Amino acid sequence: MNAFVKDPTLWTDVGAVTDIPVRGARRIPTPQGDIAVFRTGDGRVFALKDACPHKGGPLSQGIVHGHAVACPLHNWSIDLSTGEPLGADRGKGCTPVIPLRVEDGRLLVGSV
Amino acid sequence: MAARERLVVIGNGMAGCRAVQEVLKRDPGRYEIAILGAEPRVNYDRIMLSPVLAGEKAFADIVLNDEAWYRDNGIALHAGRRVEAIDREARTVRAEGGLEVGYDRLILATGSDPVRLPLPGADLPGVVTFRDLDDVEAMIEASAKPGAKAVVIGGGLLGIEAAYGLARRGMAATVVHLMDVLMERQLDASAGFLLAQAMAERGVETVLEAQSDEILGAEGRVAGLRLKDGRVLPCDLLVMAVGIRPNLSLAKACGLATGRGVVVDDAMRTSDPAIYAVGECVEHRGQCYGLVAPIWEMCRTLADALTGADAAWEGAVLSTRLKVSGVDVFSAGKFAGGSGCEDIVFRDAGRSVYKRIVLEDGKLAGAVLFGDVADGGWYFDLMRSGAKVADLRETLVFGQAVTEGLRGLDPSAAVAAMADEAEVCGCNGVCKGTIVSAIAGQGLNTLETVRAHTKASASCGSCTPLVEKILKATLGDAFQFQTGPKPVCGCTAKGHDEVRRRIVAEGLKSMPAVMQALEWTTPDGCPSCRPALNYYLLCAWPGDYRDDKQSRFVNERVHANIQKDGTYSVVPRMWGGLTSAAELRAIADVVEKFAIPTVKVTGGQRIDLLGVKKDDLPAVWADLNRAGMVSGHAYAKGLRTVKTCVGSEWCRFGTQDSTGLGVRLEKFMWGSWTPAKVKLGVSGCPRNCAEATCKDIGVICVDSGYEIHVGGAAGLHIKGTELLTKVATEEEAIWTICAVTQLYREQGWYLERIYKWMDRVGLDAIRAEACDPDRRRVLYDRFAYSQRFSRIDPWAERVAGRDSGEFNPLTRRMEFTPMSKEPA
Repeated sequence: MNAFVKDPTLWTDVGAVTDIPVRGARRIPTPQGDIAVFRTGDGRVFALKDACPHKGGPLSQGIVHGHAVACPLHNWSIDLSTGEPLGADRGKGCTPVIPLRVEDGRLLVGSV
Repeated sequence: MAARERLVVIGNGMAGCRAVQEVLKRDPGRYEIAILGAEPRVNYDRIMLSPVLAGEKAFADIVLNDEAWYRDNGIALHAGRRVEAIDREARTVRAEGGLEVGYDRLILATGSDPVRLPLPGADLPGVVTFRDLDDVEAMIEASAKPGAKAVVIGGGLLGIEAAYGLARRGMAATVVHLMDVLMERQLDASAGFLLAQAMAERGVETVLEAQSDEILGAEGRVAGLRLKDGRVLPCDLLVMAVGIRPNLSLAKACGLATGRGVVVDDAMRTSDPAIYAVGECVEHRGQCYGLVAPIWEMCRTLADALTGADAAWEGAVLSTRLKVSGVDVFSAGKFAGGSGCEDIVFRDAGRSVYKRIVLEDGKLAGAVLFGDVADGGWYFDLMRSGAKVADLRETLVFGQAVTEGLRGLDPSAAVAAMADEAEVCGCNGVCKGTIVSAIAGQGLNTLETVRAHTKASASCGSCTPLVEKILKATLGDAFQFQTGPKPVCGCTAKGHDEVRRRIVAEGLKSMPAVMQALEWTTPDGCPSCRPALNYYLLCAWPGDYRDDKQSRFVNERVHANIQKDGTYSVVPRMWGGLTSAAELRAIADVVEKFAIPTVKVTGGQRIDLLGVKKDDLPAVWADLNRAGMVSGHAYAKGLRTVKTCVGSEWCRFGTQDSTGLGVRLEKFMWGSWTPAKVKLGVSGCPRNCAEATCKDIGVICVDSGYEIHVGGAAGLHIKGTELLTKVATEEEAIWTICAVTQLYREQGWYLERIYKWMDRVGLDAIRAEACDPDRRRVLYDRFAYSQRFSRIDPWAERVAGRDSGEFNPLTRRMEFTPMSKEPA
């Protein structure tokens, strides 16, 4: 589908889980554009390409609720685990999911 | 076939022809019909002569019955034949040129003649009445002369329409009226005043309480009008529009009973059972009529009587509409009230709207509407039906849509008639057809689902009522309007008021505490409720509650406005719109240093720097802070700007120091959070250069003090403010404004602007709190306490390091290393 979801060969330590506010997000600049890393109210973390499938809005700036984020531009809700729009906008595109794992409280972003 | 009865009509005007039409409708073959008319024309709509004079219609547009109509219905038309006598014995009428016509039934529809005042000079050329097409042609001819002036005697309906028409034709027109109110038979003093204003805007001057004395002539033509007080109004055309007099000469000559008009019974029969009368020549139960609606009723009654049906007319309640473009006036019934009557008055100064509804014995007895007459017909129906309106009392003055909408009735059948291509939601470009097919195709039955699937009403929300009506029209009873209070969002069934009340009553001081106590159905809320709860907690517990930045919309979290490309805009505060060389220099330096692409002056008297990268924000703010500038909160549901004019310090009209007051207000109120944005304006005089009357709260300075206005808007909705109160001193003005703001902070629903809050709770309720000195004091104190924690520059805090993670990437380790190679 896209380069991000192939089995990663390289894992990069991008910081501590606690560097991300609860119900918040941080962003990571890359040559392919920003990655958004989210931390939800129940302590889980997710990473998506920092662009809404609608108009490319920076998802890292949205309000995190449940396992979803509301895009700051037009309020689409995006599922953090799949990158797909929720509710009535379901099926209208998809934001790429970025491989992410946690080891000893550190965040590791995977790349090919 | 037996010979048909002969029906003869004297008068080829509106009433005569309409009576014939009504007869034909009921029994087309019954009579052999002849019509005799004095005017050498087919029948035309006399009411529409005003638009013809004004050049808004042509004669052809106002013809009611053309020659083909007479021919097709087998009617013998004798146009230009003035009837000279009626022989009741022989049952014949004799007309000009020796024409004699026999009748079995006769209808008198001789109408009325305009009253000509017996003033000296009344027979001069250039003195006309306003009655028929010849008059109109004479008036149009006079208006062709460049610079020509017209005087119209009579400030009634006809006189005003004549003057307006002449002004439209380029004449300087003056209405001279004997009374102190224009159209005093239809309007009260307030509406008459607005009418005089509106006419002045259209080039028609009004001279009230003016008694005409003599018409002056020069070179054999009219040259002016002299009033009793000696004033002379020069003119090239003088129109007498002082009333009409029923035309009785034929009826009198043949011995029929007459009073002011030809006397008829409830079946429109005169004192001779073979002779009927309709129209303006009639006197029925002591009343003469000059308006079209009751005359149509007479015609229907007469037709019933002539075709063997029971016929009885009991007279009419009158309603009037003025035909002057852009000036909407409606009047009906006992518009001026009186003893035993109760008035409901509504005024909107910004829109020049005035409405007065008169109630008597719990029924609608009269109405006068100026500026907004959409509900005239509805009021008129209520009056005629004699319905009890006590239940509707509270909303009656706001009209049918509001009154019936609130009662859950079907507000309008117009929705069903809307075309599928008609746009419903302008923000998202959604047409009616799209909504209807989404409702049907996807089984939607709530506003929320329609909103989610079609986006209709999802942006500004101003089309929400329309979308609801479409749902109702499409689904019928399957659609349930929201009952009870509107829930805060999909996470709860509880409304804003209950949530706010319980936060205070139960001492709930954190978001989890609120969600627990109020049984939220989602774990951590949603983007709708979280910002609302955060605000409610902040407002309830100033200094105590810690703001949850993760529940702030991006702009309030970042203290800048996000733009479509993910950059931000920065608006420094300019107190009361004042700036200085040092500030402007600092702004210029920042723009160059950070290569800010766009610099724009805002509507709120400040400067907007657009296209700033997020990571640059703290450095931009640091430079602005150094020049003494702080955040303008252009992103906040809070106090935005205080727009001012230069006031008494510079302006030759300024009555007070409006700039100074604006600066004081802004310096005291800045940083406060409110349910929705709050914009203030302070104007130094009623010329209102600061546009204070479309602000959330506006001040108009006057010589004797300060008018405090509330509830304006100039965004999604345009709304003029309403006057809250007038105070004498600057101190009181500040106390009152802060008290209103605090009341709004404590009562407003999140995202509900002041004007909507005001609609919901009522201006009187606000006045009772904010204008009573003791209550005002309590509110002011609470606002002042809250401000102790709010007047802190969020930019300076972030320059000092607060929320640094917000403005820095998590890491830059991946910034230059390609994460992956694109697949070959």
